[in-house]
Amino acid sequence: MDMNEIKEIFFQECEEQLAELETGLLALNDGDQDPETVNAVFRAVHSIKGGAGAFALDELVAFAHVFETTLDCVRSNQLEATRDVVKVLLKSADVLADLTNAARDGGSVEEARCSELVAELEALARGEVPVSAAPAEEASAQEAPAEAEPADHDEAGFTPVPVQLDELDEEDGADAEPEFEPVPFSFDDFGAEGEEAASGFKIHFKPKPDLYHKGNETLLLLRELGQLGTLDVDCDMSALPAIDEMDPEGSYLVWNATLSTSENEEAVRAVFEFAEWDCDLEITPLEAVSAEPPAAEPMEEPVSDPVDAPIAENDPAPEISEPVEVEPAIEPIAEQPDAANVIDLQQAAAQGKDAADVSAQKTQARSTAPAAQATIRVELGRIDRLINLVGELVINQAMLAQSVAESATSGSSAVTMGLEDLQQLTREIQDSVMAIRAQPVKPIFQRMSRTVREAAEMVGKNVRLVTEGEATEVDKTVIDKLAEPLTHMIRNAVDHGLESPEDRVAAGKSPEGVVKLSAKHRSGRIVLEISDDGAGINRERVRQKAIDNGIITAETALTDEEVDNLIFQPGFSTAEQLSDISGRGVGMDVVKRSIQALGGRVGIVSTPGKGSVFTMSLPLTLAVLDGMVVTVGEQTLVVPLTSIIETLKPESEHIHGFGASGQLISIRDSFKPLVDVGQILNFSNTPTDPLAGVALLVDSEDGGQSALLVDAIQGQRQVVIKSLEANYANVPGIAAATILGDGQVALIVDVEAVVAASRNGALKSETSLAAVG
Amino acid sequence: MQQTSKNLAEGARELIAFRIGEQEFCVDIMSVREIRGWTPATSLPHSPGYVLGVINLRGAVLPIVDLSSRLGMKESDPSARHVIIVAQVRQKVVGLLVDAVSDILTVTDDNIQPTPEVSSELDRSFAKGVLAIEGRMICLIELESVFPDDESEAA
Repeated sequence: MDMNEIKEIFFQECEEQLAELETGLLALNDGDQDPETVNAVFRAVHSIKGGAGAFALDELVAFAHVFETTLDCVRSNQLEATRDVVKVLLKSADVLADLTNAARDGGSVEEARCSELVAELEALARGEVPVSAAPAEEASAQEAPAEAEPADHDEAGFTPVPVQLDELDEEDGADAEPEFEPVPFSFDDFGAEGEEAASGFKIHFKPKPDLYHKGNETLLLLRELGQLGTLDVDCDMSALPAIDEMDPEGSYLVWNATLSTSENEEAVRAVFEFAEWDCDLEITPLEAVSAEPPAAEPMEEPVSDPVDAPIAENDPAPEISEPVEVEPAIEPIAEQPDAANVIDLQQAAAQGKDAADVSAQKTQARSTAPAAQATIRVELGRIDRLINLVGELVINQAMLAQSVAESATSGSSAVTMGLEDLQQLTREIQDSVMAIRAQPVKPIFQRMSRTVREAAEMVGKNVRLVTEGEATEVDKTVIDKLAEPLTHMIRNAVDHGLESPEDRVAAGKSPEGVVKLSAKHRSGRIVLEISDDGAGINRERVRQKAIDNGIITAETALTDEEVDNLIFQPGFSTAEQLSDISGRGVGMDVVKRSIQALGGRVGIVSTPGKGSVFTMSLPLTLAVLDGMVVTVGEQTLVVPLTSIIETLKPESEHIHGFGASGQLISIRDSFKPLVDVGQILNFSNTPTDPLAGVALLVDSEDGGQSALLVDAIQGQRQVVIKSLEANYANVPGIAAATILGDGQVALIVDVEAVVAASRNGALKSETSLAAVG
Repeated sequence: MQQTSKNLAEGARELIAFRIGEQEFCVDIMSVREIRGWTPATSLPHSPGYVLGVINLRGAVLPIVDLSSRLGMKESDPSARHVIIVAQVRQKVVGLLVDAVSDILTVTDDNIQPTPEVSSELDRSFAKGVLAIEGRMICLIELESVFPDDESEAA
């Protein structure tokens, strides 16, 4: 495994951590008080920081560090996770995600955005803190910049704190001068019920450079210790060399702490669980040791730079640090979450929670990372290859069945039975293979929460996203293509759907708008709903706009539904002024088209004053399709079943000429254009006789219907979609190809394009919606 | 084929020679995936005349191009005696309909003469050079120019 592969794993892990982070923060935002949620959030950032440090991703580490510091304040209850606080944290999570992506794809994130948030995070870590916790808080605020300073991360918004090293030099690292002692470093404040502590421990803690390389921080460890009881810490700076001899990545400080606590040694060791391989740690039980005088201010660790950690630099660390060193990305991934859980559990126990509570936490910890041990990471390409192979198997099986049926052996019951078994097996294999690619829509829903945040911020609205049915599974090919239309519809809901907070209050609603995103399975399809509790569609305005744009005339009588559907017309935008988030040249027409390209439909129901609901119904996969196999001229074509409403045999009294060449068919007294598929696709020169053929009633783009005229229907079949573009090109009027039981290629009709062509008289390649195979 | 490629002299390369009507052509063997018999193709709507349609190549949809027609000669009337050369052109795999495959040639660049100045359709845009081998004239075809990158043209 080379470096790049390890890095790739790291980034994949990052994605999971980021998802975890966002989930946790959103839970906090919704008032989740569970300490485990905060811990999970903290762990996610911590893991990213640790991994990033190993890969020398400086910016990422710097940002994660500040983020982590603030989260730690939340974790240690010095900072309450109010909505405002969580808002900043969520934004930070977004930036962290962007930084991760930038690190992976080589982009960059606006410095201003980072530094702004860094400032906010630092303010959070400093301010809004109970007075009692102030000293340590100050220390943390000081330590953060100090640690980052050598890494030259000023651009990330760190305020450099003068680390008076020259004086240190002069003093030859001797005991601190008064200037060195601005902060009385005492952890008493963290002590839970410090005074009553019966016994305690003497802790000798000497970090090695590796400790810092891995993103651990002494302060956090000591603070953790402080929570176990009353802690006195003494920093031994005797090993500190003169400044010109100092290795900026070295570790020179030794900490001697005296902890008065009622906890056992195990609890104390648990604090150092992450760090124990990277430090010299001695924990000796304390009988009656008189508290050592709280000595000098704990100088910031000389210049522990977690950023530039060279992986190759193998500290001659005696302990088991080796594997960690060699596989920095893998180790934390495999071990850390669990280990962290353990720590948290122990702490919970230490804090005197009862066993039931702990086990409740335990189950929750499990449920947040379900089946982590039962999954396996597979390259998508391998799955695709498998799916292609199964597709071939299905086709071959059908071919075999056909030739057996035609051959003399068809009478043999052994052959027939064998074939039936084979068919069943093939079907099962196909289903299982498709299930591999099925994924819950959760990740994409999570991405939408960010979209909502950003859109809401941009238009100055207060919006909450509610999601439902996140576990609903869809094929990966569909999920990948959902992001864009969903993003657009969400933005649309925030920008156009919801009113401004003032208007909402005036309308007697809560100032906070709600956008709801839900997914569910319905009859073999997935149905996504995006609803808002806004004002609904302003039909007057939509109508006027449509008249202005020449889409309809002033006389056109439209039902409410038809008016609502006007927003799917090309070039339509109801916003008075194109705002930042809409009006990017992408309208709802594009959304509709991309949904249709996926074989889906979009519908809208709007109630004035109550809001709008957009409904999308999509196939579960793009790899197979239910189709109607039809004959057109000498060709066998497949028409997607989803677009067919009904089939009928035209009778002469239902066919009406319309102009020179047009024909209409009357279906229950409404007239639909009759579309000769053979002519449009150029498969036959002579018009098909409607009375000899079959009409397929299909939905077309504007919600209207057309009747496709074909020669005959062969039957319904599930077909494996094969791309035409892969080896050839986009063919107007054809969505994709498939292979029939006899091994012949059959083309899948692009119904929209064919209907559109029947109106415009020509097939345009840009209207064709190529499916993916 | 593998045997010969092992024994290839420095700078030499192998070409697959084939026949269309009375003329002989060749393409670089590296771009040839396989050679198979003709099977009826499913025709594509609104495709250029030289695109015969698509066939099923073990589950992949393979477009078939009548090379004779593509090179501006008369259109083939495909039959069971015709041969399809499956070739990789850039990212795509296409089938070339030819009359018959005749030879595998091992040549060096010195053997390839520049294309003579002719005003035929088969001009320099397709031909990369000509080879004189045992009294025969074999035209080296560049597949990249037969199937230009621009998809609208390939269609």
